[in-house]
Amino acid sequence: MMELVCPAGTPAALRAAVDAGAHTVYCGFADETNARNFPGLNFSREEMAAGVDYARARGARVLVAINTFPRAGAQAVWHRAVADAHRAGAHAVILADPGLIAHAAETHPDLRLHLSVQAAAANPDAINLYAEAFGIRRVVLPRVLTVEEITAINREIDIETEVFVFGGLCVMAEGRCSLSSWATGLSPNMNGVCSPASHVAYAETAGASEARLGGYLIHRTPKGGPAPYPTLCKGCFTAPATDTAAAQTGHIFEDPVSLDATELIPKLQKSGVTALKIEGRQRSRAYVAQVVRAFRAAVEAAEAGAPMPSGLLAKLTEGQAATTGAYAKTWR
Amino acid sequence: MDLTIGPIAFFWTAEQVRDFYRQLAAGPARRVVIGEWVCSKRLPFWQQEIPAAVEALQAAGKEVALSTLALITLKRERRQTADLFATGIPVEIADLGALKHLPEGAPFQVGPMVNVYNEGTLEWLARKGATRICLPPELPLGSVAVLARAGRDAGVAVEVWGHGRTPLAISGRCYHARLHDRAKDSCLFVCGDDPDGRAVQTLDGQSFLTVNGVQTMGHAHTTVARQIEALRAAGVGAIRLSPQHGDFAAITAIYDRAVRQAAAPEDTVAALAAAMPGAAFADGFLAGAPGLRPVT
Repeated sequence: MMELVCPAGTPAALRAAVDAGAHTVYCGFADETNARNFPGLNFSREEMAAGVDYARARGARVLVAINTFPRAGAQAVWHRAVADAHRAGAHAVILADPGLIAHAAETHPDLRLHLSVQAAAANPDAINLYAEAFGIRRVVLPRVLTVEEITAINREIDIETEVFVFGGLCVMAEGRCSLSSWATGLSPNMNGVCSPASHVAYAETAGASEARLGGYLIHRTPKGGPAPYPTLCKGCFTAPATDTAAAQTGHIFEDPVSLDATELIPKLQKSGVTALKIEGRQRSRAYVAQVVRAFRAAVEAAEAGAPMPSGLLAKLTEGQAATTGAYAKTWR
Repeated sequence: MDLTIGPIAFFWTAEQVRDFYRQLAAGPARRVVIGEWVCSKRLPFWQQEIPAAVEALQAAGKEVALSTLALITLKRERRQTADLFATGIPVEIADLGALKHLPEGAPFQVGPMVNVYNEGTLEWLARKGATRICLPPELPLGSVAVLARAGRDAGVAVEVWGHGRTPLAISGRCYHARLHDRAKDSCLFVCGDDPDGRAVQTLDGQSFLTVNGVQTMGHAHTTVARQIEALRAAGVGAIRLSPQHGDFAAITAIYDRAVRQAAAPEDTVAALAAAMPGAAFADGFLAGAPGLRPVT
């Protein structure tokens, strides 16, 4: 059966995910070492160790994401996170930075290493480079690839692949995007945040709800309409007319959609993918439990060769549109 | 401190490319990086200009390196990357996967799209043979200083993004084509219509971003005009100027005076404003502020 890798931003979400049938749960420490560095989220050292024990007692595994890029001059903070994850009994650590991976491989030779999506290893050459240099065992593939490309990659590499199937959707190559810091000074790579809530402001004007990020107006919806969170790449912009093109206003990069690749699970299984990943460490434990239950049913159906259960997740996208993203070539 | 001219980010015609490098050969830059780093679909239209440009620049005494693509996914793109190393000309990698094609023991350079955020990564790249690294544009000065020191110890020259529309993101999707309701595979090369990229504004008309094919850049031009002495003090050996449409020779000359300490920062800012009428300038990243923070 394909392995289901589920998010947990809190110990309660971890327990909910395990109880709902997650094979594996991923989480991070409550600091800048992980890419979901949000207030009130993530694990203390003690909580991590307890989470690992809880999962292990029920046959599940815990992965620890230490997937920001260590700050120059402060690498020790990230080195300590790797050591603490190892000590807590994590099944593996999920890393993005070559320097940190080199340190982990050297200092903790028996620790299993996964390559984070933030490393943006989008071709067999990059993946094999990491595998050969550091003994990486699994790569989380960037969301820029089609299913066909994933199949081709799996033919050329010897390590496991994990792909995102549900939740928030980066439309840029992950780990290679500074849009957030351009507008707010804070970035996923350096600070573990993207379009952070601390820089979001909503306002009601005559007949409209407006959302700003870093003071920049990137959403305006008629009063009473849905006001999506102003993530920069899902914002609404204007491209003024040029000599050769008409003006355009709209979601120039991506609509405020989320990823749902449920229907592609059988294809992904056939393409040699080992594990399916669900985004959403910032989500509630109730949400996590629902999504995990639905996807556990889906991977069991895929294993049995049965059709994918449809409509299971419709209510979880909260009225938002869903997309299969880059997995279909037409998305590009 | 000296000047590096980065690879052209935009889709220019072969003739524009030819003229650009002819002019550059006569200019004061110490080194030049040439190659298509944004979209491999553009390359057939101008790659025939590369050999002559390399030859002319080398004859003019400049160091020349060839850039890889910033996002390598297709088989064809991987072959092209291997071909770059086979030329014997130094290569600047823009995607870490390019290192898989590095001939044993060959030196290489690292471009600003590769994530070098700390000493550990710099040292790992140095062990692999890196001789020069242009740091990611979003890094603050404190990190730059630590990395410049680490570079000195490891024998790696450290360079900083000095001028131009700053690369902020790269995607599998082409936003330039999407603005014309097309997909990447049927783009009809619309990015060629915009030799400095296509402007993207906020809903209330503030200039914000630039779309350049699969790449997204800032709209304001990043400039280190006010930060050159701080960079020098931090041990940075070169600043990188990114090619743009218009009088690039004048822009290069302005920075040449600045790095030779022949112009005060405010004079450099004023000269840039005069050379680029109507342009907006930003310098927030080095200050740890939002990258688009205006130069005032």
